[in-house]
Amino acid sequence: MEAVAILAQAGLSATDAKKANAAIGAGFAYGLAAIGPGIGIGYVVGKAIEAMARQPEAAGLVRTTMFLGIAFTEALALIGFVVFILLGL
Amino acid sequence: MFALEFPPINEVIRWRDLFPTFNKIALIAVLATVITAVLLFIASRRDPLVAPKGVRNLVESIIDFIEGIVMQTIGRDGLGWTWFLLSLFMFIYLCNLPGIIPIFFYMPATARLAIPLFLALVVWVIYNGVGIKHQGLGGYLKSIGFPPGVPKPIYVLLTPIEFISTLIVRPFSLMIRLFANMLAGHLLLVTFALLTDAMVHAQTKQLLLIPLSILPFGMQIFLTAFEVLVGFLQAYIFTILAAVYIGTALHPEH
Repeated sequence: MEAVAILAQAGLSATDAKKANAAIGAGFAYGLAAIGPGIGIGYVVGKAIEAMARQPEAAGLVRTTMFLGIAFTEALALIGFVVFILLGL
Repeated sequence: MFALEFPPINEVIRWRDLFPTFNKIALIAVLATVITAVLLFIASRRDPLVAPKGVRNLVESIIDFIEGIVMQTIGRDGLGWTWFLLSLFMFIYLCNLPGIIPIFFYMPATARLAIPLFLALVVWVIYNGVGIKHQGLGGYLKSIGFPPGVPKPIYVLLTPIEFISTLIVRPFSLMIRLFANMLAGHLLLVTFALLTDAMVHAQTKQLLLIPLSILPFGMQIFLTAFEVLVGFLQAYIFTILAAVYIGTALHPEH
């Protein structure tokens, strides 16, 4: 990677370069892990609002199911966040 | 512009012992248990004939809320689980809440892995136990691994996935969801508090930085309000998922 080459030219030691790599990896890990769940949660909530607007009397049931769907979708982003902490800090 | 020193993760989430083997996390967990017990005890003491008010009113509305969850996920025969889910909900909520109390606490107890881990293990033992009790060991394993209405050859692929998802992924995701949400909120609060502090005590360009420190401070207040919502939502989701898992163990698909 270009960034690593620049760091190596700056005369950093091997451990520093490793740390820098870990920080870059951590940033990418969380950023990439957030894309899919972001789209997914938006889709789930959007459809739930559509359903509630069409049938307000079913709002309670729709809301419960919506939270369940959000919980499952969000797990991926949260695993990404845990990887971010393991790598970056 | 200014050097922002973020403390290592161990300093953000590790607390010195109040006395040996007892730190702030343990104190919050004990307080959550005691407050739940005292609230329910006071509520049960009142005369049931007069209209409820005060503590009893509060506790009755929480019980109504949990019963709503049970009715939607398990059904009428699951109402016996209300008390387990009620204590689960109140414990998790009261463990999340200290994350936004700036005096002394300022740390959600669920942001340490131990508490979500053991809560998830308790739920795991309970839903597997319920499944084995109601369907027998063979029946329960069959209901996990062989969902009906699937063409036969698909089972080669489906059965291992279903076993892994029910026995390993479920408790793991319960644990990670609660832990990571609370830790993320805590780290956000730490970040904006540090930023505000660094800008207020800036050594250079004070004319610009000190008035601008109102921005991260406003963000801190907004995030505190947001954390109230997240703390409630995570307790709600944990409870509802526990109820759903117990429900699927009680009523397998036919």
